[in-house]
Amino acid sequence: MFGTAIIVFREVLEAALIIGIVAAATHSIPGSRRWILAGMLAGLAGAGVVAVFTDAIGSLASGVGQELFNAIVLGIAVLMLAWHNIWMSSHGAALASSARSVGGDIRDGRSECSVLMLIVGLAILREGAETVLFLYGIAATEGGGRTSMVLGGLTGMTLGIAAGYLIYAGLLRVPLRWFFTATGVLVLLLAAGMASQAARFLIQADLLPSLAVPLWDTSAFLPEESVPGMVLRGLVGYDSRPAGMQLVFYLVALAAIGFGMKWAKPAHKSK
Amino acid sequence: MNFVKLASSLFCLAALLLAPAASAETADYTLVIQDHRFQPPELIVPSGKKIKLLIENRDATPEEFESYALNREKVISGQGKATLYIGPLAPGRYQFFGEFNADTAQGALIAQ
Repeated sequence: MFGTAIIVFREVLEAALIIGIVAAATHSIPGSRRWILAGMLAGLAGAGVVAVFTDAIGSLASGVGQELFNAIVLGIAVLMLAWHNIWMSSHGAALASSARSVGGDIRDGRSECSVLMLIVGLAILREGAETVLFLYGIAATEGGGRTSMVLGGLTGMTLGIAAGYLIYAGLLRVPLRWFFTATGVLVLLLAAGMASQAARFLIQADLLPSLAVPLWDTSAFLPEESVPGMVLRGLVGYDSRPAGMQLVFYLVALAAIGFGMKWAKPAHKSK
Repeated sequence: MNFVKLASSLFCLAALLLAPAASAETADYTLVIQDHRFQPPELIVPSGKKIKLLIENRDATPEEFESYALNREKVISGQGKATLYIGPLAPGRYQFFGEFNADTAQGALIAQ
């Protein structure tokens, strides 16, 4: 039961952290809740479909279809998070002062909401498909111990969702003058971590050179399979034994999105 | 400007590291999953070479090949096959496991 709980926890945690942060970052946008919920449902449905077609996806591109698929999903998520963060840099201040009408930005707000739905949906799609396969494996296994594994799965899921809620509730308690900086930095790090993961999949598929592997090894000091390691992996893309190319992707994403946010800010002030 | 400096130093780093990576040859190896165990449980591979690892899952249920040491993870469907690339590795022992059946599915690559 314990093993099952940990596996499911790990898969749910990453998606839950992403949703928790994004939900907090957009809580003042009208209707954002509904879009997040829609994203969750679409993601769950998508995860089921991906799980069923694992074999077909995997055999694409001479056996590295799964890596390509993951890298593309991560790539889209990075772009969406970048768009979100840049959008928030130019509209965050307007959203913060509830007295001020954001009526003029409704069209913009709508596209922000569909981006939101996509981010949430993709997060669940990626992590969910693996969970579905894992649980399917359990269900297909004969004999006893199934009840304890189902219990383990539910425990893991509950703990993962709790972690996501914790970061959401925690972020909402951040004082307003720090709030947009805090959520902006968290989303920026999420995106950079995903860019690094995308690079890892492309290296695994031999579509990118690894450059120095591993660049460093901190597995003795902070193992990825420990709870702090898992949380850091979900939040900032921590990797105990990264390839050089992952760091390149991480830094390029960080710099590009950071630059976009800087560039978007003065444009707002001059309005 | 800091951004330009960062970008150009990254580019130099990439150019420096790319040369040895490109020259490494690839060697093919196969792992079989049966009854939620890896065959062979220990696979000896050359160090300093890129390795193309074929994994064949003969079980009906899916398995996830996972290794923290190798920084790799890949789902292999029931009765399915998968390919992934590893290394070049420094000599040593690299543990891997089947995440969906970690009680029995344990193994290691030994690079020498």
